[in-house]
Amino acid sequence: MEKREIIQVRDLRRNFKVGGETVHALRGVSFTIREGEFVTIMGTSGSGKSTLLNTLGCLDTPTSGDYILDGVSVRDMSKNDRARLRNRKIGFVFQNYNLLPKTSAIENVELPLLYNSGVSAKERHERAVKALIAVGLGDRLNHKSNQMSGGQQQRVAIARALVNDPVIILADEATGNLDTRTSFSVLVLFQELYARGRTIIFVTHNPELSAYSSRNIVLRDGKIISDTYNEAPASAQEMLDSLPVNDD
Amino acid sequence: MNFFNLLKIALRALNRNKLRAVLTMLGIIIGIAAVICMLAIGQGSKDSIKAQISEMGSNMIMIHPGNMQRGGVRQSSDDMQTLKVADYEALRDRTAYLSAVSPVVSSSGQLVVGNNNWPSSIYGVTPEYLDIRKLSVEDGEMFTEADIKSAAKVCVVGKTVVDNLFPNGENPIGKVVRFGKIPFTIIGVLKSKGTNSMGMDQDDVVIAPYTTVMKRILAVDYLGQIYASALSEELTPEATEEITDLLRSNHRLTGDEEDNFSIRSQQELSEMMNSTSDMMTVLLTCIAFISLLVGGIGIMNMMYVSVTERTREIGLRMSIGARGIDILLQFLIEAIIISVTGGLIGVIVGCGATWLVTVLAGWPTSILATSIILSFAVCTVTGIFFGWVPAMKASNLDPIEAIRYE
Repeated sequence: MEKREIIQVRDLRRNFKVGGETVHALRGVSFTIREGEFVTIMGTSGSGKSTLLNTLGCLDTPTSGDYILDGVSVRDMSKNDRARLRNRKIGFVFQNYNLLPKTSAIENVELPLLYNSGVSAKERHERAVKALIAVGLGDRLNHKSNQMSGGQQQRVAIARALVNDPVIILADEATGNLDTRTSFSVLVLFQELYARGRTIIFVTHNPELSAYSSRNIVLRDGKIISDTYNEAPASAQEMLDSLPVNDD
Repeated sequence: MNFFNLLKIALRALNRNKLRAVLTMLGIIIGIAAVICMLAIGQGSKDSIKAQISEMGSNMIMIHPGNMQRGGVRQSSDDMQTLKVADYEALRDRTAYLSAVSPVVSSSGQLVVGNNNWPSSIYGVTPEYLDIRKLSVEDGEMFTEADIKSAAKVCVVGKTVVDNLFPNGENPIGKVVRFGKIPFTIIGVLKSKGTNSMGMDQDDVVIAPYTTVMKRILAVDYLGQIYASALSEELTPEATEEITDLLRSNHRLTGDEEDNFSIRSQQELSEMMNSTSDMMTVLLTCIAFISLLVGGIGIMNMMYVSVTERTREIGLRMSIGARGIDILLQFLIEAIIISVTGGLIGVIVGCGATWLVTVLAGWPTSILATSIILSFAVCTVTGIFFGWVPAMKASNLDPIEAIRYE
């Protein structure tokens, strides 16, 4: 049985006007992502991967082409409708975590649900606790964001992305700020989520990471130059175990 | 996003930067406290002026002979003799807006009882004079119309006079006091009124039937003044007009001939004094509102800094589903919380400062509910007004740029 199509992108183009010139950031990108895929999108800076991420994340609208997220066409949506869509269907994980400063893990994770008036305070708390347990921070619910290490902060950010039960998790260089060991521990977490059936898009410029995903899309100059499936992703856990342990 | 959640978000944000929030609040606190304190002082002085004037009879009208509006020109003695008993009688019998009328003739001299003497003034009046001046007889009784008809040698004296003529505390009623060569029998003592707002002892008086003073002391046929009471303070202008018309016709003044009498009402006096105190109030309140304005600008400044500082937070909130309006409301509510909390503390501080002014400086003050409501409304509006622009700026941020802002 074919899996549900989460993302359909057809001939996506995005132009920016910079000064008098038009910059073509995306020049006709098409692909489909089905439920349960772990996709890495790769490219050097200027390849259009950030623009693609912004479009997939409903933060930006394409100049032309179609983007259908979970059966809904995003192209002609108003700003407010896109905000709602982000709130219900997308979980973001950023390179620099973007946690609220001096705020506890649980409050940070509750944040997306605060913007969903259908969720009661009690349910909000329960779901946030569940999400934090899922990322292995069940014992640090009330730690403030500034009392946590980078890896822990990124885990909180991942819990925040999970808490609204999104159809897709968009990670933007999610391991970019972390040392190798912590990077792999975060990657292990992503693989666990993948194993549990989450759909993940992981944008990065680090080619090493493609080995750990189920599919790899490479962009260059606003076009897809390769789109390959990886039948047997490497295990991040094995890689993590093989790394020397730093105790400092 | 419901309001309660917004409130929670705003409170958390403020909680992260307590010191700054409190310092910003300080501007509003000082502004509101100043407004309340100034209005209270202004209202207090107004009230005390009003009380003093109503003590003298707020509806009192004084008619003087001659025209006082001639500046430096000396007036002939003829001018000063224009008020006659007939004028008094006309005012008493043929007016609709006056509740009481009394002629006043006065003379100064030495009062003598036995070995004691005291310089004072004797006022020749009718019993209605008591109503006009809000006086009352404490001991004994007032003289009557019959005493006026017979020009009886009776008098009612003030407390100061009693204290000086009867230092041993004897009962003055029935005693005889000599004024010049004329012996008067004391039939009553006035209730003490203390000093008036000008510092004059209101108890240093002797009042007697005006006929007695005119015939037996002064030997004149004209009156010093006529005092009257309008039916109410509001009807004073009508009463004044009525008196003018009546006296002009009595004095056979026609066309553009000037009045040979002048009328002054307590209302004019109170208006004059009120306008002075009003001006002070307006001035002080202006200063207070300026400090409130400065406080408001402080809020705006703080909110601007806050928006810039939290650009990434705004970007994050937007990317996880906050709409522009959610961000706008969040910052607006933060501004309002600061201004309203500041206002609340300001009201308390203002009331405290007002109390201190009363206790330490002894100034009369009066805090009006309206001034509290007014300043509260003003500081809420200040919060919205000065919070609006930074909040708009925040809500219009592009989430893509905001999230990567360094």
